[in-house]
Amino acid sequence: MKRSFWHRLDLLARHVVPVSLAFALVLLSTVPLRVPLLNLVFPALALVSIYYWTLYRPDLMPPAAAFAIGLADDVLSGAPFGVNALVFVLIHAAVNTQRGFFLGKSFAIVWLGFALLAGAAFTIAWLAVSAFYGLLVNGTGALLQAGTTIGCLPLIWRLLVQCHLRIVGQA
Amino acid sequence: MWNAWKLLATWLTYGVLVLAAGAAMLLGKADAVLVERLRVQVADVVAPILESVSRPVDRAADVVASSRRLVDLVEENSALRQEREHLLQWQAVAQRLEAENAQLRDLLKLVAEPEARFVAARVVADPGGAYAHSLLVNTGRRDGVEKGQIVLTGEGLVGRIAASANRVSRVLLISDLNSRVPVAVGEGRARAILAGDNSVYPRLIHLDPDETIAAGDQVVTSGITDAFPPGLPVGTVVSVQHGDVRVAPFVKQSRVEFVRVVDHRLPALIDDFLAGRTETPILPQLQLPAAANAQLSASAPAEAQAEGTAAPPSVVPLPVPRPGDRIRP
Repeated sequence: MKRSFWHRLDLLARHVVPVSLAFALVLLSTVPLRVPLLNLVFPALALVSIYYWTLYRPDLMPPAAAFAIGLADDVLSGAPFGVNALVFVLIHAAVNTQRGFFLGKSFAIVWLGFALLAGAAFTIAWLAVSAFYGLLVNGTGALLQAGTTIGCLPLIWRLLVQCHLRIVGQA
Repeated sequence: MWNAWKLLATWLTYGVLVLAAGAAMLLGKADAVLVERLRVQVADVVAPILESVSRPVDRAADVVASSRRLVDLVEENSALRQEREHLLQWQAVAQRLEAENAQLRDLLKLVAEPEARFVAARVVADPGGAYAHSLLVNTGRRDGVEKGQIVLTGEGLVGRIAASANRVSRVLLISDLNSRVPVAVGEGRARAILAGDNSVYPRLIHLDPDETIAAGDQVVTSGITDAFPPGLPVGTVVSVQHGDVRVAPFVKQSRVEFVRVVDHRLPALIDDFLAGRTETPILPQLQLPAAANAQLSASAPAEAQAEGTAAPPSVVPLPVPRPGDRIRP
């Protein structure tokens, strides 16, 4: 069956949603929230987004996209250039290789998996930043951010699932 | 066979991307200026989006803050009355000191602080993050904002401009790992460097071990380098433990909505003086909001100084900055 032009355009628009959403989340995390310390420990929404789409629609979240999202995060957040790009690519690789294990498992397992990966992600980022500056940087902020990111997962997950089912669709 | 090739290609992609990320980090280390310029250029492009998103958030925060204030209105009113009484006494002291200061300056023929020009700006992004403390403000090169200019609120020092694009600039906060501010601490004006370490309370380093520093001591800029004019309020010492002295900045990052970007133009002034364009490097009336409690903040107008008479002391109420305002003294 040959798809019409409009059908293909519609499909394309739906397929760029995961990556554009991740970029939007990167941008959103920089909005001043006027709540003491909240901006400092705001959950890493882009990381959750990459985890979700790599798990369920890896065709729509290629490794290069994870790299670009990480680079965008570095550019906007002021973090050392390339750190988040490195972390997001490594997380993408880890999720991609473990997809078979996670698919079909309960949400608790998926959450636990994310907690382990997020812990690894923040540790790698902390090590990379420390290597960048040549000293052990203060990791309290990173630890708190890892905590809020893991804690907020169910909330963000719900939104991503809705977006997946209603807009993007199954493969 | 096809699957094996596909797997190889995938791992090759990961390898290349990891190398690219490493290369990006090396580039950031080798050419920090280039990366900083890239950051503000990107921020310049996304500034309109950030601005439109941050406005409703600001408005919501204002509504919450004002409704909270309504609840505590009576209590706040009596507290403010007391504070006003207290401040009126201080105003009298300040006026007396200002007059005395002007006379002493005149006696000493002291060179006045250079003219400061400032631009008011709104904070459009607070990227937070664990590894960098910075803000984006909606003013840039088109308003004359350049790298190195200082950023203040009425409460005190916020930081410096790290880079500026056409419409936006990135402010490096005093709590950022890369920030170093020469300061004077306490009544003894002990010299030190305030070094950010990405925590909420930056550290005092290069402090003379013989100096006695206690919690509650005021920290102001020392003006030792040209980077910061002297006497800008920075914060108070919160803890002194085994040589680890921490400072709580007066300006809380999350509360900053409007800032002033100040160009204190020292080098330009000296250039003008050397080129013979100005007869004397004295320019009138430094009106930094935060320098109000500095020892040498206000100076007499140039004509009055030339005639050897001191100008009458005056307390100038500072205008509330609005986005896009350009206020010149």
